[in-house]
Amino acid sequence: MTSAAFARPPGVRRRLAAFLYRHPRLQLRLLLAAPLAWVVVAYVGSLAVLFANAFWRLDSFTGKVVFEPTLDNFVTLFSTAVYRTLALRTVGMAVLVTATCIALAFPIAYYMARIASRRVRGLLVVAVLMPLWASYLVKVYAWRTMLLGHGVINWALAPFGLHGPGTGEVAIWLVFTYLWLPYMVLPIYAGLERIPGSLLEASSDLGARAGFTFRRVVLPLVLPAVVAGSIFTFSLTLGDYITPQLVSNTKLLGNAIYDALGVPNLPLAAAIASIPVVVIVAYLLVARRLGAFESL
Amino acid sequence: MRIGLRLATAVVLLFIYVPLLVIVVYAFNASRVQAWPIAGVSLEWFARAAADGSVRQAFLNSIIAASGATAIALVLGSMAALAVQRFAFFGREAVTFLVILPIALPGVVTGVALSATFQTLGIDFGLPTIIVGHATFCVVIAYNNVLARLRRTARSLEEASMDLGADTWQTFRHVFLPSLRTALLSGALLAFALSFDEVIVTNFTAGAGVDTVPLWVLSAIQRPNALPVVNVVATVLILLSVVPVYLAQRISGGETAGVTR
Repeated sequence: MTSAAFARPPGVRRRLAAFLYRHPRLQLRLLLAAPLAWVVVAYVGSLAVLFANAFWRLDSFTGKVVFEPTLDNFVTLFSTAVYRTLALRTVGMAVLVTATCIALAFPIAYYMARIASRRVRGLLVVAVLMPLWASYLVKVYAWRTMLLGHGVINWALAPFGLHGPGTGEVAIWLVFTYLWLPYMVLPIYAGLERIPGSLLEASSDLGARAGFTFRRVVLPLVLPAVVAGSIFTFSLTLGDYITPQLVSNTKLLGNAIYDALGVPNLPLAAAIASIPVVVIVAYLLVARRLGAFESL
Repeated sequence: MRIGLRLATAVVLLFIYVPLLVIVVYAFNASRVQAWPIAGVSLEWFARAAADGSVRQAFLNSIIAASGATAIALVLGSMAALAVQRFAFFGREAVTFLVILPIALPGVVTGVALSATFQTLGIDFGLPTIIVGHATFCVVIAYNNVLARLRRTARSLEEASMDLGADTWQTFRHVFLPSLRTALLSGALLAFALSFDEVIVTNFTAGAGVDTVPLWVLSAIQRPNALPVVNVVATVLILLSVVPVYLAQRISGGETAGVTR
C-alpha cells in the first residue's frame, strides 16, 4: 500500500465510507438487496410459476393452458397406475443406490482414514476426487458403450457364457452407483478421520472385539456423515432423467416430467415435479434431525 | 481384515477408473464401429475433432456461460455470506435456506421452473438464459466458501486497519479482499466446473441452436456416426479434469480440498 493512499483529502468516497460506517443497517440492506432480489426473482419466482402451473389445466382441444384453479393434475397423478409405479420405482432406486454407495464407500473410506499412510491417503483422496470433476455425461456415455451389445462387459463375460445386465433397471442402478459413489466416500472418510483413535483404544481396552467396537463406537459417530452423503446420492437419483434415457429403456420420474413437457403439458409436468420435491424436503428434515448438516 | 480392506479399496478404484479408461482407448480406435476390443490404433479422430467447428463453438459457449455464471455467483454469493456472517437480523435462517435451496432440489425442477418462467415472460432462450440458470445454483458454492472463510478470519485485522486511518474502501481493498482471496478462488473454480458440466438445467434453458459442451455430447452420443469424435471430446474432458484437481490442491496449499455441492 502506498502512502499516497492515506494522504488524499477526504473526498466523496471517504465521506460515503464514513456515512456507511455510521449506518450499519444500511450496509446490511445494500449487501442483501442484490442476492435476495436474485434468488427471489430468478429462483423462488420460477418455482412459484412452476407450481402455480400444477393447479392449472391443459385444454385438450386447444393445447393451451387454462388459467383456472383445479386439482385435475393431481387427480391424474394419483389415479394413474403408471405414475404410482414410476414414483415407487424412482424412490426404490434412490434407496438402493444409496445403500450400495454406502456399502462400497465404507471399506475404502475406512482404509483411507484409518490404515493408509499419510502419502497413500493423500493420493487416494485425489483418486476419489478426480472423477467428480470429470464430466457427468462422459461417465454416463462410458457406461453406455460398456453395456451395449459389443461393449466391454459382454466381451469380458462371454468366456464364462454370461451376458451383461442389458438395458434394464440393473443398468440404471450400476450407473447411478458409479456416478454418486465419490459423494458418499468423501463425507464418510471425513467422518471417520474425525474419530479420535483413543476412543477405539478405550473400547478395546475395555474388552470389546473389533466388530463390537465398530457397531457401538464407530457407526454411531460416523452416522451423520453417512446421512450427509446420502443426501447427495438420494436427491441426485430422484431428479436424474438423462442416465435412464441413455443407458436403459426403463423410465424414472424425471423422464415422466420430461415427457410431459414434450407434449407439451406444463401443468402435468409441474404436478409430477412436486413428487421429488416433497420427498426431498421430507428427507432433508429427517437428515437435519440426524445432525447431517454439520457434516456437509 | 487389513488385506480385505486393501482389496476392497483396489476393487472400488478399478470400478471408478475402468470406464474412463475404456473411453480413452476408444478414442484411438481405427474403426468407425464401436466394438470391443478395438480394431486398431489411429489418431484420425483427433484430427477430425480438432477440425470440427461445432465442437469448438460448444467449448466457446461453455466457457462464456461458465464465466458469466461464476462472476454473478461470486458477487452475489459473497454479498449474501457477508450479510449473514456479519449482521444479526430477522430472517437470517431464511436467507441461508433460500440460497441453499437451488442445489438441494433436483435439476429437473430448477430447469422446468426456469424454462416455464422464461416462456411466460417471453424471453428468448440463448446464452443469457443459460447463464441465469447456472448462476442460480452457483451462488451457493461462492456463498459456502466465503461464509466458511469469514467464520475463520478475525475481524480485528479490519479494525486495526481502520484504527490506522484507512477508510472503508481502503480496508476493503487492501485487508478484506486479500483475506478472502483463496476462498473466492476455490469458489470460482468449483462454480466454473459445475457450470461447465451442467446438463439438465442447460437442456431446459438453452433453446435451439446454442450448444454447450455437455449439450453437444448429449446429442452426439445418440448419433452412431458421431461417436468416434465424441470419444475424442470425452478423452479431452477426462484429461481436463486434472486441471481443477491440481488447482484446488494448490489453492488449499496442500490440505485436502473439501467438496461441497
